[in-house]
Amino acid sequence: MIENTSILITSQKLNLQDCYDFVQDASCGGIAQFVGTVRNKTQDKSVILLDFSTYKPMAIKEMQKIANKALADFDILKIAIHHAEGELKIGDIPVIISVSSPHRKAAFEACQFAIDTLKETVPIWKKEHFEDGEVWVNTHP
Amino acid sequence: MKISVLLFGILKDIIGENTVSIEVVSPSNIKDVKLQFLKKYPKLIAYQNFSVAVNEAYENDSYNIKENDVLALIPPVSGG
Repeated sequence: MIENTSILITSQKLNLQDCYDFVQDASCGGIAQFVGTVRNKTQDKSVILLDFSTYKPMAIKEMQKIANKALADFDILKIAIHHAEGELKIGDIPVIISVSSPHRKAAFEACQFAIDTLKETVPIWKKEHFEDGEVWVNTHP
Repeated sequence: MKISVLLFGILKDIIGENTVSIEVVSPSNIKDVKLQFLKKYPKLIAYQNFSVAVNEAYENDSYNIKENDVLALIPPVSGG
């Protein structure tokens, strides 16, 4: 099962083509990709950059669990989950999920499952930097 | 026994350390450690909606801590 998954956390720029190439297969009729991008605003405040930090060994394990569950629960062939760490600017890519499957429905569903679960369970945190300060996302008391 | 606790995100910023070690009585479960932590760092009381991982996996409050376990306090995650 693990050979059908590609899990990565890197401080280098994420590569969409790498994810595509990993999941592409002659037996598949479709590939769904979700690409997260850094937005320039949170509510009405202008964002300058996002700083992603991770508990890397655990984050890798949690990402692997998501990939394994996607393979078990959906009729898909391969899945790649790549996440960036460190400082990202507007328009940069923090996350890519790529899924291939014989038929498109499973690819869409598995892709949605993977990004939704990643946002709930994987120990990665982003700090938003504004002109006038910074804030950890999701941590309002 | 002495255990190491890893800190991340806002908790790391508030305490100002990546790792702290605390002395806990044996046996202690995660709930006991949480209470001890909040006593030692009252500033965390407003941020106690964190999860706890042991040896890189989520565990719940009733998990009994063993010697050499590595704990991590996981504030609400915000990846993606």
